[in-house]
Amino acid sequence: MTDFLQLFFSGLATGSIYALAALGFTLLWQASGTINFAQGEFVMLPAFMMLGFMAAGFPLVLSFAASCVFSVFVLGWLFKRGVVDPLFKFGMMPIVVATIGLSIAMRNAVRAGYSAEPQPFPNLFPDEVYNIAGVTISATDIGTFAFAIALVLITQAFLAKTVTGRAMQAVAQNTESASVLGINVPRMIFYTFAINAVLAAAAAILVTPTYLAKFDMGSSLGNKAFFAAIIGGFNNSRGALLGGVIVGVCENLAAAYISPAYKDAVALIIFMVVILFKPQGLLGKKVERKV
Amino acid sequence: MKKLAFLAGLLGLLACIFVPTLLKNHGIYLFTYWLIYVIATMGLNLTIGYAGQKSLGHAAFFGIGAYTVAVMMQAGYSFWLGMPLAALGCFVVGLALGFPALRVQTIYLAFATLGFNTAVWLVMRNEEWLTGGTFGINNIARPEAFGISFDGNLAYYYLVLTFAVVLGLLLWGLLHSPWGKAFTALRDNPIRAESLGVDIRGYTLLSFAIGAAYAGIAGGLFGSLVQFIDPAPFTVEASIMMYLMVVVGGPGYFLGPLLGAAVGVILPEWLRFAQAWYLFVFGTAVVMLMIWLPDGLLSIPDRIRAKRQSREASAARAAAGQSGVKA
Repeated sequence: MTDFLQLFFSGLATGSIYALAALGFTLLWQASGTINFAQGEFVMLPAFMMLGFMAAGFPLVLSFAASCVFSVFVLGWLFKRGVVDPLFKFGMMPIVVATIGLSIAMRNAVRAGYSAEPQPFPNLFPDEVYNIAGVTISATDIGTFAFAIALVLITQAFLAKTVTGRAMQAVAQNTESASVLGINVPRMIFYTFAINAVLAAAAAILVTPTYLAKFDMGSSLGNKAFFAAIIGGFNNSRGALLGGVIVGVCENLAAAYISPAYKDAVALIIFMVVILFKPQGLLGKKVERKV
Repeated sequence: MKKLAFLAGLLGLLACIFVPTLLKNHGIYLFTYWLIYVIATMGLNLTIGYAGQKSLGHAAFFGIGAYTVAVMMQAGYSFWLGMPLAALGCFVVGLALGFPALRVQTIYLAFATLGFNTAVWLVMRNEEWLTGGTFGINNIARPEAFGISFDGNLAYYYLVLTFAVVLGLLLWGLLHSPWGKAFTALRDNPIRAESLGVDIRGYTLLSFAIGAAYAGIAGGLFGSLVQFIDPAPFTVEASIMMYLMVVVGGPGYFLGPLLGAAVGVILPEWLRFAQAWYLFVFGTAVVMLMIWLPDGLLSIPDRIRAKRQSREASAARAAAGQSGVKA
């Protein structure tokens, strides 16, 4: 039982990181119909930005703040302006292909321009381990979980409670009526991209100490985020949190009790079961198709 | 126009027959490699370009084909027994995977196939008793038939070329049958196709499974070409690359895969010393391509024709307008 709890808690920590990436992913989808195949690379790039700032002598927290600003500019504004806006009118698939191309370009730019070797990355949390009733939990797991969940909840509160957040949701639900109501649609969509960039940078600071900073660190993370988003429900931002946590916990348990070699297949299996029985995801609502 | 296309095809085929005789071993190898990817992407083009499905797990089928033939040959069976088995196996697996995934359309199939690819790759890496794990399978022999050995590079190239031509003709025949027309109808407007009585589910499933079978055959040929397989060429990244080859060449253009495979395989193989930079340029080029030419490279002639027609039409309109004013 203590083993189980231990695995469960460290799974929660990993799952909350998946949830961060998955949340950004669903937000982009809702606001602009963008399926971002470069989501994993959107986590990888801030990790290298932070390494760059730290190499320039900044402390970790300051590097994180600076990377957030940079991410908003590059992964938010530049990405929206350069890739999504020109392709928006063609529908979903060209954006998917373009973001696939973008992910290849980003990965290889880092590989060729910085390094192909994994880079060590400092941990944000202390190296301590707590023992509560026989269950060992590391400070990193607690900190990661708390930080990630706080960010997810703040994002959701922002979307639900503030005027800007509600305007963003209105844009996501019905772009035309939103613009009739006088909402500045392009700006709201930009906010979504900016939030996605910040969530990605946060995922980067949490995940990189264990995964190490490497040019291809994003590919498995990106995949998990997709699966988490779909499992939870693609058109529901709470779904991302649920999906992320389910994938993280099940993966950890499967690695311990079934086979560590097949850990990466867990997300796929849950995904297949979910789309067989509830294609709209656990928390998703059914959408009628239009002719 | 038809005649011209036929002539171009014939010239291309002649080039494929004679050019490699002038090349050294590495050149022949590259040509063979290219043709194998052409076969694989031909199948993927059917799935993506004609039936309009998004499949990101093609390398898994490619790998299943390669391992089927390699394992069969290791067990002492003939290449000619392994090959049909590889095609059939991929066809069946394609049906089994497509069935749940096609319940929900478009992007879900992409994710399901992507995950499937990861799972297949894990099996290849972990099940050492069957696949040799990361050490792979060594010394895969090249086949022989009717007393002719395809051991030499040039001989093997001609074998692969034969496969490519036969499979290409089969696909051509399929696409020009009423059956194949249903695929296109389904891509262009699934709801209309359904209301006209096309069984959407059945056709998409079949297009997916046939595409998988093509990948299986290509995989079998690949194993014998390289004579060594490990899980590395069958990753999700490889699948994504195959998808991009189809998209770059022009999905739904019959000859698209020839061009796509050249850009996706020959160039990176040839520019190996600068691979990372090549892939960076390639990725950026894909983004640019989507922005300026979303239908792929082979859509350039159509694009030019459409532009000329619209210019002529507007010139004619202007002329008609002027004569109207005079009268």
